[in-house]
Amino acid sequence: MSTIKINIVSSSEEIYSGEATMVYATGSLGELGIAPGHTPLLTGLAPGPVRVENGSEEEAFFCSGGFLEIQPDLVTVLSDTAERADNLDESEAIKAKEAAEQNLANQDATLDYAKAASQLAEAVARLKTIQKLRKKQ
Amino acid sequence: MANTKEVRKQIASIKGTQKITSAMEMVAASKMKKTQDNMLKGRPYSLKIKDVISHMASASSEYPHPFYEERESKKACFIVVSSDKGLCGGLNINLFKQVISKSAELHEQGIESCFALIGTKSSGFFKNVGGHIIGVAEKLGDKPNPDDLIGLTKIVLDMHKNGDIDQAYLCANEFVNTMTQQPNVEQLIPLAPAEQDESLPTHWDYIYEPEAKELLDGLLTRYIESLVYQAVVENNACEQAAKMIAMKNATDNAGDLIKELELLYNNVRQAAITQELSEIVGGAAAV
Repeated sequence: MSTIKINIVSSSEEIYSGEATMVYATGSLGELGIAPGHTPLLTGLAPGPVRVENGSEEEAFFCSGGFLEIQPDLVTVLSDTAERADNLDESEAIKAKEAAEQNLANQDATLDYAKAASQLAEAVARLKTIQKLRKKQ
Repeated sequence: MANTKEVRKQIASIKGTQKITSAMEMVAASKMKKTQDNMLKGRPYSLKIKDVISHMASASSEYPHPFYEERESKKACFIVVSSDKGLCGGLNINLFKQVISKSAELHEQGIESCFALIGTKSSGFFKNVGGHIIGVAEKLGDKPNPDDLIGLTKIVLDMHKNGDIDQAYLCANEFVNTMTQQPNVEQLIPLAPAEQDESLPTHWDYIYEPEAKELLDGLLTRYIESLVYQAVVENNACEQAAKMIAMKNATDNAGDLIKELELLYNNVRQAAITQELSEIVGGAAAV
């Protein structure tokens, strides 16, 4: 089976590097499925999971945003912060989501609305990644 | 001649100092490993983002980005990366010297300078020397968080966008090896034109989601942020290495001093004994 090279890096470390038969990611305009030989594409990443399938094996990562570059034989994920999905902690994610919702609820002049909204989006995406993973196991 | 008590006291105090410096040397040595790991961990990101930018440069899309544009320069900004703590030899001061000489060189060409400072040492220095400071980021710790630097980088990039500055320089120490750190002043904006990747076909372009301009904007901003972050991490590794060497020298020097003082102590003691003896002999002869 043909494979495509994938590199996932965040500014503080290299997260993953290897071969994949299929890669799924959350682009800023929607979900992407990337098979080997994909046409060149450049997109922003929305907070969400990046899944790497290699045959029957699958690995999942969480990216809080960044960029995704696709060449026919190469996928590069430049993530702002990336974590292996195994390391995600559900209770932490729920706590972050609640805190973000609270921030949004008691809006006043001092609060940066855009920041709070993006925090909430990130927390929700994190939670979704965990739940998706949970279902599969 | 000094008396024995004084010399003994001095030896004891230098021994105390030597203990401190040798402890600091060991602390720096263990931190050095960690900071070097951090430095190496950050490299893949800079390499990959450079790759993507060179791919973009060789794609057919021709959107000239302001970061590449050479415009007539009136004002330059220096991003100076220094350590938060001292006791690391000439590391910071060598860098500042280079920054000042570059700034003087630009001044002769009629280009004014302003400074964006990272690290307590640089903010202290440039406050003393005087200079237009546009932003300061201090106390980032041994494991700096990229988020802490974004604010400062944004100030610089925004000023560039508004036309307040036309050039930006990144000044930091380059880690050559444990013994050598090289102060380096590197031009950040305008960016050197990205090398084109020869391995790619000549006529092709990306599908951009969303717009090419938006993506390139974001990507180049991120690129500059990653360069600044990498410089900070590298400077941290330099700091620990320089500190280790400085403290090793201090410990060695203290050892030399102690040896000399011990020699002096023995001389003084011997002289006192000889004097006492001759006094006794002289006294006995007189009787």
